[in-house]
Amino acid sequence: MMLNSDSSYGLIAIVLHWLMAVAIIGLFVLGLWMVDLDYYHPWYVSAPDIHRGIGVLVFLMLLLRLLMRILNPPPGPVPGIKAWERRTSVLVHWLMYGLMLVVPVAGYLITTADGRSVDVFGWFQVPATLTGIQHQEDVAGELHYLLAITLVALASLHTLAALKHHFLNRDATLRRMLGFSRSRAE
Amino acid sequence: MISRYVKAALCSAVLLSCPVQAADYVIDTKGGHASIDFRFKHLGISWITGEFKTFEGTFTYDASNLAGASVSVKIDPASIDTNLAERDKHLRGDKRLNVAKYPESRFTSTRVVPGPDGQFSIEGNLTLHGTTRPVVILAKTVGEGDDPWGSYRAGFEGTATINSEDFGFKLPPSNLVEMYLYLEGIRQ
Repeated sequence: MMLNSDSSYGLIAIVLHWLMAVAIIGLFVLGLWMVDLDYYHPWYVSAPDIHRGIGVLVFLMLLLRLLMRILNPPPGPVPGIKAWERRTSVLVHWLMYGLMLVVPVAGYLITTADGRSVDVFGWFQVPATLTGIQHQEDVAGELHYLLAITLVALASLHTLAALKHHFLNRDATLRRMLGFSRSRAE
Repeated sequence: MISRYVKAALCSAVLLSCPVQAADYVIDTKGGHASIDFRFKHLGISWITGEFKTFEGTFTYDASNLAGASVSVKIDPASIDTNLAERDKHLRGDKRLNVAKYPESRFTSTRVVPGPDGQFSIEGNLTLHGTTRPVVILAKTVGEGDDPWGSYRAGFEGTATINSEDFGFKLPPSNLVEMYLYLEGIRQ
């Protein structure tokens, strides 16, 4: 129920997957919106605060998710998946994990470039580590932007692939990530 | 009698190795004895202060001939520092200084006008955000003399107020930036 089996996802993996999916799409939209706000906009200060806070929480969720992945590996591919599909999906999954790791790190390096810590909703603070690199906030900002776009592009490909399996191949790939463990019409 | 200006112009025009004039100074940015500070209003409630950390320049100065003085400074606008990395990133961005497009800023004096009480006005052209506008710096000499290490130094302070909209970018609410200049030079 909570853990993955050979053929189905457990609740922990499912909740982490969808929570992070919603949070990352939200962070992407919020991020693009907030950097163009007028200085006098009511959200000028709070939007980045929320973005930073959620970003740190998503990063922590990712660490938990990677740990879970090692302790409790995901189920294998559904029957009938072609070898190239399997190879591509493994590649895209790990590219997304890598990007989910480095995008928040780049964001963290913007905020902490001058030694300030990142505040997470007033609950706790993440202290600065790397500081004072020449134009750190600019370089980190550019990376944060470009890598986030790459992540969302891969997530879109990932979504299209899931929809293809659901509607065209009519296999259990998407349904089992939604928690329906039994495949239909078999 | 040939003025200092003409001599300097001739020297640079013909690109000959003219002897360095006794009153030519290099601004001591290397030794950290010069700063270009500024402040602008935050919400009309208080001030944000900052500085440009990277610049270089020279000046010509002779206390007995202030009208013959001149100064030229090149500033890296990307070196802006207001003690908050995220604000500096924003100020370098395309809505403010746009340093990617306009990577160099410069002030070149055109005329120095002696005033009362040892003060003088430095009239010149400031290039910022790719736009060149006349600016007047109100300045005075802080001091001059031998330093303990074998050189001769002269130091000045000056203020100028510029309107960012004159240079093509907004800095609400007032767009006004007060510049505070402290320049010490080593005579060559």
